[in-house]
Amino acid sequence: MTMQDETIVSAVISILVENESGVLARVIGLFSGRGYNIESLTVAPVEQSRHQSRINIVTSGTPQVIEQIKAQVGRLVPVYRVADLTQVGPHVAREMALVKVVSSGEPRTEALRIAEAFRARAVDTTATSFVFELTGATEKLDSFIDLMRPLGLAEVSRTGVAAIIRGPRTI
Amino acid sequence: MNATPNLNDLKPNTRDQGTDLVLSGAEVLLRVLVEQGVDVIFGYPGGAVLPIYDALFKQNAVRHILVRHEQAAVHAAEAYARATGKVGVVLVTSGPGATNAVTGLVDALMDSIPVVCFTGQVGVPLIGTDAFQEADTTGITRQATKHNYLVKHPADLARVAHEAFHIARSGRPGPVVVDLPKNISVGPAPYAPASRAPHPSYRPRTEPEREAVVRAVAAMKRARRPLFYTGGGIINAGPQASEALGRLVRKTGFPCTSTLMGLGAYPTTDRQFLGMLGMHGTYEANLATHGCDVLIALGARFDDRVTGRLDAFSPGSFKIHADIEPSQINKIVQVDVPIVGDAGRVIEMMLEEWDRQDGASDPAALAQWWQQIDAWRGIRSLHFDQDMTPSAIIRPQHAVRRLYELAMETGRDTFVSTEVGQHQMWAAQHFQFDRPNRWLTSGGLGTMGYGLPAAVGAQVAHPDALVIDIAGEASTLMNIQELGTIAQYRLPVKLFILNNQYMGMVRQWQELLHGSRYSESYSAALPDFVRLAESFHAKGMRATCVGELDDVIRAMLAEPGAVVADICVAQDENCYPMIPSGAAHNQMLLGPEQEGEVKVSAEGRMLV
Repeated sequence: MTMQDETIVSAVISILVENESGVLARVIGLFSGRGYNIESLTVAPVEQSRHQSRINIVTSGTPQVIEQIKAQVGRLVPVYRVADLTQVGPHVAREMALVKVVSSGEPRTEALRIAEAFRARAVDTTATSFVFELTGATEKLDSFIDLMRPLGLAEVSRTGVAAIIRGPRTI
Repeated sequence: MNATPNLNDLKPNTRDQGTDLVLSGAEVLLRVLVEQGVDVIFGYPGGAVLPIYDALFKQNAVRHILVRHEQAAVHAAEAYARATGKVGVVLVTSGPGATNAVTGLVDALMDSIPVVCFTGQVGVPLIGTDAFQEADTTGITRQATKHNYLVKHPADLARVAHEAFHIARSGRPGPVVVDLPKNISVGPAPYAPASRAPHPSYRPRTEPEREAVVRAVAAMKRARRPLFYTGGGIINAGPQASEALGRLVRKTGFPCTSTLMGLGAYPTTDRQFLGMLGMHGTYEANLATHGCDVLIALGARFDDRVTGRLDAFSPGSFKIHADIEPSQINKIVQVDVPIVGDAGRVIEMMLEEWDRQDGASDPAALAQWWQQIDAWRGIRSLHFDQDMTPSAIIRPQHAVRRLYELAMETGRDTFVSTEVGQHQMWAAQHFQFDRPNRWLTSGGLGTMGYGLPAAVGAQVAHPDALVIDIAGEASTLMNIQELGTIAQYRLPVKLFILNNQYMGMVRQWQELLHGSRYSESYSAALPDFVRLAESFHAKGMRATCVGELDDVIRAMLAEPGAVVADICVAQDENCYPMIPSGAAHNQMLLGPEQEGEVKVSAEGRMLV
């Protein structure tokens, strides 16, 4: 009998679905009903003409659980394709954050300086606040937000991950 | 309320096929049913489905069976499906009609039974307003079905209704809900025949990969201690799959065990059949599962009632697992050869490969394996002693044995449904099934109250057959109102109650795990089942001692109409053999004398 691997791995699951009412509820209901994690979730129509939407879910679990997630999602009637991008190979995973920093004086200058280093754009500026827009890997967003914390971090809005395979392959 | 929308106003959703024939939505629905080969539906009317009931009234092609509770409609449809191989069809109203059906839907989901359930819904403009008898049916049944639909546009109605049947019966079968707002069934809608185009996203795989079957058969040829472990998937694959299984088992000479849901796929009276495996399986089936070197799982899903303690389940065996549903493979137990496909096709391909590949399993090793199995068989784990003094108390196992023997004497085609609990296990152990589709039980969900409506469904499907619900007095009270349905349609169902005045399985667990504190498991204030039968226009009978048992069973079988037989059995009888929860297959309890030795682990206590 094969031994089960108990290490917890992170996975980016991309799901192409028929864009019909309730389809997102089906997918996330399956995750909650079977006790799978959702670390982040994005969903938007990608093929308007073909009524298709893409859902990207960042999840974690043992390799066996990740396999189960793929198989269970694949069972859903409106699902066209499901892929674990972390398994498929090199992929790009990006997230966007809007970060509001409220401060003045030295911390404000420092926030702007760090924002430049991270290539974050100030999309809204007042005398006492900035809203920075930042795109990148989840870890990059995490460290930017950490750095802003002592500098007047007031509010964060993040999109969750959009991901795609590198090179000519598609899911 | 905009109850009669103009067709031109309603934008057709995706994939409508377009047709010139425009009827009312209700008429469209009935045409779909006829085209899908439906001749019976089980249902209960209400406000939101009145237009459909009106259309039913005006035709004769589809027969409607009026149940007394919507849960029973689904169980009856499940049994109808199981006993015929067709899709069971249900029609219920909105709100409480739909919510009452949910238990049946989950039951069908767990046991992979093809059912299409049409639910009424308030008109589209009223959806979301907390209207009278409104419930979010698609929301509530999303996790209770294989798939569900809310029909919002008349142009989608025919396609969705046809598609519901396709999804219910194909791949791994299951229940599908179609929620029909009242304005859709009242208003005009175009009719369209079933599409021949493949579904854009739903493409179940039925044909197994040859390469996987080749590897499986190679392992089977090398096996010294092989075992077939067969499940409900073979029943779902149709009678020809069971017939093929018979050929494969005989050709290989391997022993065969079955899950609860798979009983009847291989004749249970055959020498190569070891009995059911699992928590209340036979000694030889469980020890063979534990000791085999190649385990061939066909249409089974390694349920916890089958595996017992997982890390001790069939240790060291090479595992082959064929299932139509990829999600079932490596879900519980990691296997060596996964095969995705229809059980019948897998078995046929195994037969071809068995003939094609050279060599055969070592006959000496196989003979030794059978010798070992026969030694285990010698334990006679299902044995019980029945005191045959006429005044002696009836043991429930004896009642089932005699029921089987006397039913066989009638020579009639016999269908058995059960409720859930001890009586269900005794029926599985002591009644024999030599053909598929004749054993109707709630396996995955374990739904008390399943058996009587299931008997209704089976009897409607086979009016001339002998249909018996082997019941417990507690379970059957959960849907006893179906005696009304039985009376209305003059269904000659035999309700055979093993009455021990306890929720027996609950009592058994309380005895084993909770110091015999029988918390709320006594069936107090029971009805007089004989008079209950009479009040529902059925024949009531009672046996209180061994001397009366055969006469009552004979009278019951001879009675042309419905019978309720109240069989008063030993109150303290427990169901053996038993693998206590959290234990391994080689740690079975064979009888009460071993109860003192039970040491259920803390982990085992937390399992159900």
